[in-house]
Amino acid sequence: MLAIFIKRILLAIPVIFAVASITFFLIKLAPGGPFDADKAVSPQVLKNLNEAYNLDATNWEQYIDYMTNLAQGDLGPSFRFPGRSVTEMITTGLPVTFELAFYAILIALFMGVFSGVLAALKRNTMFDFIPMAIAMIGICVPTFLMGPLLVLIFGINLEILPVSGWGQLPGDKILPSLTLGFAYAAYIARLSRGGMLEVLNQDFIRTARAKGLTEKMVVIKHAMQGGLIPVVSFLGPAIAGLLAGSFVVETIFQIPGLGRFYVEAAFNRDYTMILGTTIFFSAMIVFFNLLSDLAALWLNPRSRDAS
Amino acid sequence: MNNSLWSDAIHRLTRNKAAMLGAFILILLIIVAALAPWIAPYSYSYQDLNLGASPPSADHLLGTDVLGRDLLSRILYGARISLLVGFVATGVALVIGVSWGIIAGYAGGKVDSIMMRIVDVLYGLPFIIFIILLMVIFGRNLWLLFGAIGAVEWLTMARIVRAQVIGLKNQEFVLAAKAMGVSNLSMFRRHLLPNILGPIAVYATLTIPQVMLLEGFLSFLGLGIQPPMSSWGTLIKDGVESMEEYSWLLIYPGITFTITLFALNFFGDGLRDALDPKTTDG
Repeated sequence: MLAIFIKRILLAIPVIFAVASITFFLIKLAPGGPFDADKAVSPQVLKNLNEAYNLDATNWEQYIDYMTNLAQGDLGPSFRFPGRSVTEMITTGLPVTFELAFYAILIALFMGVFSGVLAALKRNTMFDFIPMAIAMIGICVPTFLMGPLLVLIFGINLEILPVSGWGQLPGDKILPSLTLGFAYAAYIARLSRGGMLEVLNQDFIRTARAKGLTEKMVVIKHAMQGGLIPVVSFLGPAIAGLLAGSFVVETIFQIPGLGRFYVEAAFNRDYTMILGTTIFFSAMIVFFNLLSDLAALWLNPRSRDAS
Repeated sequence: MNNSLWSDAIHRLTRNKAAMLGAFILILLIIVAALAPWIAPYSYSYQDLNLGASPPSADHLLGTDVLGRDLLSRILYGARISLLVGFVATGVALVIGVSWGIIAGYAGGKVDSIMMRIVDVLYGLPFIIFIILLMVIFGRNLWLLFGAIGAVEWLTMARIVRAQVIGLKNQEFVLAAKAMGVSNLSMFRRHLLPNILGPIAVYATLTIPQVMLLEGFLSFLGLGIQPPMSSWGTLIKDGVESMEEYSWLLIYPGITFTITLFALNFFGDGLRDALDPKTTDG
């Protein structure tokens, strides 16, 4: 088990290095320099700017420079916001995005696991059909439609919840978290239903029942541990999806998180910001994938005992 | 090709009401999209400046947008772009994924483990960010969008195809063909591909809604389809901007998009159940 852990972690490092390198050279391919903006700048100013940002060096030298700084956690200055560093902007936006993602995952897990397990236990009854129909809606209505619809209903028509902001008005965190969480609740509901159905037919469940355990104990202690492994494996990739979702949700609700910074950087062509956040996001996703893979491995007694 | 498998599958598919409804809606949509220039009541760019945003009426069945353009016509024209992206990008993903999977599965050994290692690594990357990156660097054009989306959606296809090919590789008919000196290319085309068409068809159907969601997502952020062209994603984006006063501008494109995704998912699920009755879980 420990050997697998170490092997997987060692494998993750070259991946992040490769992402950083590819992104760096991709951005060098972009037409035009970062400073040929709307108004013409005098040649001397341009020269000074290029010098200040180390843009007169060869691509190769810049790459070595960037990688050296990266290894020390320094992602360089922002091209669009003078005086602010990319690292600083990431550390401002990150807590907000994390909080949003945390609530969303919490909502998704509660709603998803509860309705999925219930649906599996009460297969082919109303408790199965209705949650699964709602899950289908969750999968088919994209976040960028769900968000505005919730705003329209709860914010504009019923006027019971604020429609934008984060932590300024009471209850303004509810709609964004719900929007982001709902799609995942749907996937998790389907996964836990499928996983539970598979487990419930197995011998060890029959044994548990034969031992005279209450149905509640059978489900909670025996069935759920195995039946929810697909959900645990899903959580890693879900982080990548949550990130994309946070772009949309933070844009809709005007939340000052990392996702909105990234979208703005993409519009402003703030290349260092794009580069820095891309590397950061990749590292985060690789890390969470690793975590959920290892958790799933550990939860499965077969692979746990094998090593 | 095993005919009874396919006729059984078609039989099962036609009995699945949800899947048939999905297929019906899809066919209708494709016809409507293809005929948009002839059946749309107005051109997508025609503006009636006297109207501005007007609610649904006899002249404009779904109302008009802020610039006085007929919403129904814009949804019909948008269907062309949205469906085109869905099908073309899925096609790109299909070509890359199927070739990659067949080669890896058939070659086996080192080649296989290197190729699948690459897939594993790519799986763990934030692809949405790479698409955004490509759109920013190379400009927002339609063909790049097809390519970029297709280039990220092939990974699962490669895994599915590889697993299927490994299952087939040691069966007698493949060994016999090999013993007779059939070339690799015709081995792929004549012997392997026809036997894995089922899973490919199923997965392709389920990829189309994913791709359309991705396009909608990019267009919503303003990084996808650019005006004056419009997809359903851009219509929803416009709808959101004016939803406080003119909610129909959000609701109708939203309904259209959602119904289409429902139809695709129902049809895809039905196709999967029909081709592989084992996986049916009720």
